[in-house]
Amino acid sequence: MHEVIHKRRPWLSPLARRRLANFRANRRGFWSLWIFLLLFTVSLFAEFIANDKPILVRYDGAFYMPIFRSYPETTFGGEFPTEADYRDPYVIELIQEKGWMVWPLIPFSYNTINFDLPQPAPSPPTSVNWLGTDDQGRDVLARLIYGFRISVLFGLALTVLSSVIGIVAGAVQGYFGGWTDLLFQRFIEIWSGLPQLYLLIILAAFVQPNFWWLLGLLLLFSWTGLVDVVRAEFLRARNFDYVRAAKALGASDIVIMFRHVLPNAMVATLTFLPFILSGSIVALVSLDFLGFGLPPGSPSLGELLNQGKSNLQAPWLGITSFLVIALILTLLVFIGEAVRDAFDPRKVFK
Amino acid sequence: MIHAPSATARTQPLLQVVDLRKYYPVRRGLFSRISGYVYAVDGLTFTINEGETLGLVGESGCGKSTAGKTILKLIEPTAGTIRLRGERIDHLSPREMRPYRRELQVVFQDPYSSLNPRLSAGAIVAEPLINYGIASGRELKDRVTALFAKVGLREDQMARYPHEFSGGQRQRIGIARALALNPRLIVCDEPVSALDVSVQAQVVNLLMNLQREFGLSYLFIAHDIAVVEHICHRIAVMYLGKIVELADRRSLFSSPQHPYTEALLSAVPVPDPKAKRKRIILPGDVPSPINPPPGCRFHTRCPYAEARCRVEEPPLREVRPGHFVACHLRSVDTAAFAAADAGGAVR
Repeated sequence: MHEVIHKRRPWLSPLARRRLANFRANRRGFWSLWIFLLLFTVSLFAEFIANDKPILVRYDGAFYMPIFRSYPETTFGGEFPTEADYRDPYVIELIQEKGWMVWPLIPFSYNTINFDLPQPAPSPPTSVNWLGTDDQGRDVLARLIYGFRISVLFGLALTVLSSVIGIVAGAVQGYFGGWTDLLFQRFIEIWSGLPQLYLLIILAAFVQPNFWWLLGLLLLFSWTGLVDVVRAEFLRARNFDYVRAAKALGASDIVIMFRHVLPNAMVATLTFLPFILSGSIVALVSLDFLGFGLPPGSPSLGELLNQGKSNLQAPWLGITSFLVIALILTLLVFIGEAVRDAFDPRKVFK
Repeated sequence: MIHAPSATARTQPLLQVVDLRKYYPVRRGLFSRISGYVYAVDGLTFTINEGETLGLVGESGCGKSTAGKTILKLIEPTAGTIRLRGERIDHLSPREMRPYRRELQVVFQDPYSSLNPRLSAGAIVAEPLINYGIASGRELKDRVTALFAKVGLREDQMARYPHEFSGGQRQRIGIARALALNPRLIVCDEPVSALDVSVQAQVVNLLMNLQREFGLSYLFIAHDIAVVEHICHRIAVMYLGKIVELADRRSLFSSPQHPYTEALLSAVPVPDPKAKRKRIILPGDVPSPINPPPGCRFHTRCPYAEARCRVEEPPLREVRPGHFVACHLRSVDTAAFAAADAGGAVR
């Protein structure tokens, strides 16, 4: 029926169009969004930009794509049945005898160790390692690209999950009110009063945290962020006449909450999302910095920052990681500001 | 969905309310001790018959709207019974209440806040039909179209959003929504107070036509006596949570029995500047419903109050056939009863 009744409905309501225009009018936020999206999209294809395997190999009349499949060295006339090490001068020589290779822009992956350094690791920027290497001889630029990707993906996952939980919790509290609200609020006060970082450190000592463990552990505390906002919106809306009318029309509580109240509470929620995203990224960075985050060897901004701290003689570590983290957070805050202003009905744009 | 007006119209009781009460606790202090109650609705008893409109009038804060919401079970009553076609609904849980909601609908006062701004008019009217799984697909669309036609809206307006309509049109959407489930009783909570006078008449006439067509009953809550006089068959006058007078329209307007009703009627504007009228100005304000005065609640402002009125609360008595009043100063008019009995009871 909705197709029929909404037949004439424009793709965007006038209000949504006004908000979009407001968002565009904020040049800083608008460009920040595009830069962020560009960086994120590029980092999603990190394997094609920074990798220790060639994108395409032509050997003996056949094409090979080592990024998607692993080929044993014997394929290229080598001796070992293990996967070919394309950075090995011997393998390079073998392939170039009967073909050619197309390398990614940065011929290092996040865990590739450059054994051919001009000076002991961490070595300064050279024409090979554009931003130098870290203390284990791994290329900093490659680690930054992969680290950016994992940080943003982690942040997005944490934001989405904690928003869903936070919205449901806030909705239940605000809609039912009374004792439900009272008890739930007290629980949240106690819960958010717990010393998060120490608990995470203790929990991280029991399990070797991977991406999903960390997500779960941080989720334990991050869901409370949105509860207050959503709760307040629901408390306000539950006495609206149209909510009462819906009740009188026999709508179930779930229908009222998610069809009638939530869409009107979404503005406040959406406004918070960019800030929650930046908060999530900071949380991961700080855990990594302290060494309780992603497992050793993972590309991580926090870990690089920590290396920068312990290797003050190698400033390229600290400076680059600082700049990248600052860039992410600045972009997100600018986007968040623009979103907030776009949803502000009183804000007038020229 | 068309009900022929039944032959027994306006004699079959549809809704019976007995001694309905709604008290709100007033909490004070550190431990939220209950220090008193707001006696919003304090013992309402009335009946609405099939196809009848009962008006509920009174000034702001007298508990009219609370009474309406309590009957709809949007608020839980503190005490009293509500019977719909003889079945008690006052103690039902929200889940048990669901089947009865189809017969009991509501039109709200403010057409701006009673429609969800994010749903199209068509979706608003379709919602109750979806809630009860009555229709879907093509049939749903047809039903909604029929409802739109019924309240005087065009089919092409279904895709519009509430903010694109005028107040009167929005109230029509609200009425269409209330009609969707084919109810027997619609509680109209000041349905025209927020509208322009010219639009008021349209909406009131629409309500009356619908009543004729479907044999609907209305509980018409209002503070505008003129509107009430136009639409209602019987009228109950409320003061501070109680009914002070309940009578059919003609009898109430021709011979109001309660002093409060007299004052209320004298306040109705008359469209004739030269008309000589005696305006009864009541001194003082309505007392607080937290601390209602003892005895007759109206004695603090009543021009005729006697010593007895300050102590003893007057019951609602039938002083003439079909005319109930809660006042010590009115005695039962036996002559009127006798005449009614002799004349074969024209009520």
